[in-house]
Amino acid sequence: MARRLSPATRLGLPLAAAAAALAAWAVAVEATGTAVFPSPLEVAAGIGELARRGVLGAYVADSLRRVAIGYLLALAVGVPAGLLFGFSPLAARIAEPVIQLLRPISPLAWIPVAIVLFGITDAAAVFLIFLASVFPIAVATMTGVHGVPEMMLRAGRNFGLSPLGLALRVVVPAALPQVLAGLRIALGIAWLVVVAAEMIAVSSGLGYLVIDARNAGQRYDLVVAAMLMIGVIGLALDLLARRVERLRPVRWGFARES
Amino acid sequence: MSPSPTAGLGRRLLHRLAPFAGLALLVAAWDVALRLAPGSLLPRPAEVVAALGRLAATDELLGHVVASVFRVTWGFLLAAVTAVPAGVALGLVRPANAALGPLFELLRPISPLAWIPLAILWLGVGDLAAVAIIFLGSFLPLVLATENAVRTMSEVHLAAGRNFGLDGVALARRVVLPSILPSLVVGLRLSLGIAWLVVVAAEMIAVTSGLGFLIIDARNAGNRYDVVVGGMVMIGLIGVALDAGMRRLERSLVAGRGAEAGEPA
Amino acid sequence: MTAAAPEPGVTARPAGGGDARPVKVAVRDLTVRFAADRGDLRVLEHVDLEVREGELITILGPSGCGKSTLLNVIGGFVRPTSGAVTIDGEPVTGPDPRRIFVFQERGVFPWLTVEGNIGFGLRGLPAADRAARIRHYVKMVGLAGFEKAYPHELSGGMKQRVEVARALAVGPDVLYLDEPFGALDSITRLTMRAELLRLWQAERKTILFVTHDIEESVQLADRIVVMSQRPARIRRIVEVDIPHPRDLSAPRYLELRDAIFAEIGLAHQI
Repeated sequence: MARRLSPATRLGLPLAAAAAALAAWAVAVEATGTAVFPSPLEVAAGIGELARRGVLGAYVADSLRRVAIGYLLALAVGVPAGLLFGFSPLAARIAEPVIQLLRPISPLAWIPVAIVLFGITDAAAVFLIFLASVFPIAVATMTGVHGVPEMMLRAGRNFGLSPLGLALRVVVPAALPQVLAGLRIALGIAWLVVVAAEMIAVSSGLGYLVIDARNAGQRYDLVVAAMLMIGVIGLALDLLARRVERLRPVRWGFARES
Repeated sequence: MSPSPTAGLGRRLLHRLAPFAGLALLVAAWDVALRLAPGSLLPRPAEVVAALGRLAATDELLGHVVASVFRVTWGFLLAAVTAVPAGVALGLVRPANAALGPLFELLRPISPLAWIPLAILWLGVGDLAAVAIIFLGSFLPLVLATENAVRTMSEVHLAAGRNFGLDGVALARRVVLPSILPSLVVGLRLSLGIAWLVVVAAEMIAVTSGLGFLIIDARNAGNRYDVVVGGMVMIGLIGVALDAGMRRLERSLVAGRGAEAGEPA
Repeated sequence: MTAAAPEPGVTARPAGGGDARPVKVAVRDLTVRFAADRGDLRVLEHVDLEVREGELITILGPSGCGKSTLLNVIGGFVRPTSGAVTIDGEPVTGPDPRRIFVFQERGVFPWLTVEGNIGFGLRGLPAADRAARIRHYVKMVGLAGFEKAYPHELSGGMKQRVEVARALAVGPDVLYLDEPFGALDSITRLTMRAELLRLWQAERKTILFVTHDIEESVQLADRIVVMSQRPARIRRIVEVDIPHPRDLSAPRYLELRDAIFAEIGLAHQI
């Protein structure tokens, strides 16, 4: 575990692995003579076709829009809730069973309820994304607050801070790195759930494409194309969120201690 | 470090009752909300309980629960026995990590549900496809969690193992696995939670039994929303039970080791 | 704490006699018990102590004996089961910016720079005064040039200095130090002790210093409060009458050190 790899190797290896995977995929398609499963080239062509039909950008935008709204709503509800549970052990104890009970219920299981509440609309899809994100966000915020070392709280009180001052000047800055890490994970979850959310008879989006391309004509090249794009955008979102973690006011939380 | 003063009786009572208060509030809010919207299709709490009772009486509920638990167990175990060795290997062998890591990061955001069309293509509709989806959904997170545990494991343990002449599989078996066990169990618990989420989703598409199927079928076959919500409640309860069971395991594994669980070198 | 026949080499000064400085911190019949799983945990029992203004005293004892608890009670972070602590005659009811507690360097706020940390308690001051004070204390603890650095970029000793500077910047009259140098290597520890003495002589604060290190006590303190094992009480208060700077190989130093070894029941040959 001690050898460090050169930057060239760090770039070259994954590229080589990706090339190998693509090659294996292409060979497998050839060798099994499958009529239905697409080869890498067919998938690429599929992406091209979507772009030509003008739906590629639109689908990406629609999925991103739904995730953005659902996630932001989840932030607006989850962060304050998490702060409340973090500061008040009683509130945490009251809420805990409710969160524990609701969290394992897959967003897909909520679809019938979502449709009753919102009809077959975008709002229902956004609701599912909201549901999936709000629990991890609240829990991450609460855990962040609980994780502030006792020593720092004492130091804050020692300097004469009021409870509000303590919360704003010690707890929040101290908890921020861990909370941000949790928010990044929740964003990943929100993006993951877009597929489930778009299974509610909406008619656009990458998740919709995955399901519909198969149902409407066995277009597995489009199915795989949509999957790949979901993967790429998800990766991009994660990298973006990691950038936020590197901002100066919170970078300390991710630095290795000297 | 404040001494816990002999807590007042009122305080202790409040502490004891608090969890029930939360659930009671949820049920009450639900009931009230529906009273204010009388024409709604959504069921009242009492109706849900009645529906569950009927299902339980005919053993139908048990059948669905068993089916779901069966699938999740298979899918999760398959994932565990493949993902843990893979994660350990990735964690120990730097070039492997460098090569495959980005690929995994690319695959991770792809929901297990997105694999359903392919799973059905390869395996047809049925149990096999459902278990495959569950496997897919749990495999990646578990590999990544294991790999992370290995990469953050105690350098001291690793060095000591090598010092005694261990390497490769022997090192992994006798030093790495025991050393990462506490974090590994946490990873397993979280993966099991994901697997449980996925089984429900998988059952809505690919099979004709199980809690996921129950929900979809109840709606399609007559808007039986009392059964729908009843199914959701059962899913929640079993999810809690699975999580609690894993936490028990965690505690018993960590108890013998003292406070060093999860601490980096 | 007896006034009877002093043993050779150790003088135990009777309370209230011979020292003209006012009593700053007074601990009266302090008892601390925690409720634990198997009955009560008795940590401190019937502790009486007086600390005079401007004194540097160390509270010495083995790990886990309750000396940190004693300091935490005096600092207002822990409520005693019975007994009282007064400072300048006022009872202690909670932490107070006039008496700052210095933890081990983990007490430094990692999200603030060196400047930010030192200025933490100075919010109420006008900007120019605040900046001047920060500059003064940065220089005083020898961290000039590191004002904009974050704690995770600093060594353990430097982080400790940030914490001391942060404490001094608000001009407290009492400082509590809880094994502040415990996490540092022994060479840095020697340097930090010299620094502490320098700061103390410059500002003449009252300092209560908890440690398990006998040498450290004899090097720093005016008086050493030797504590017993749990449930802790004061075994003896040893007066160190060597003027600063103290020669660590002088006979008087070694005499006092060995006397404490003997008091605690340790051999001084390995």
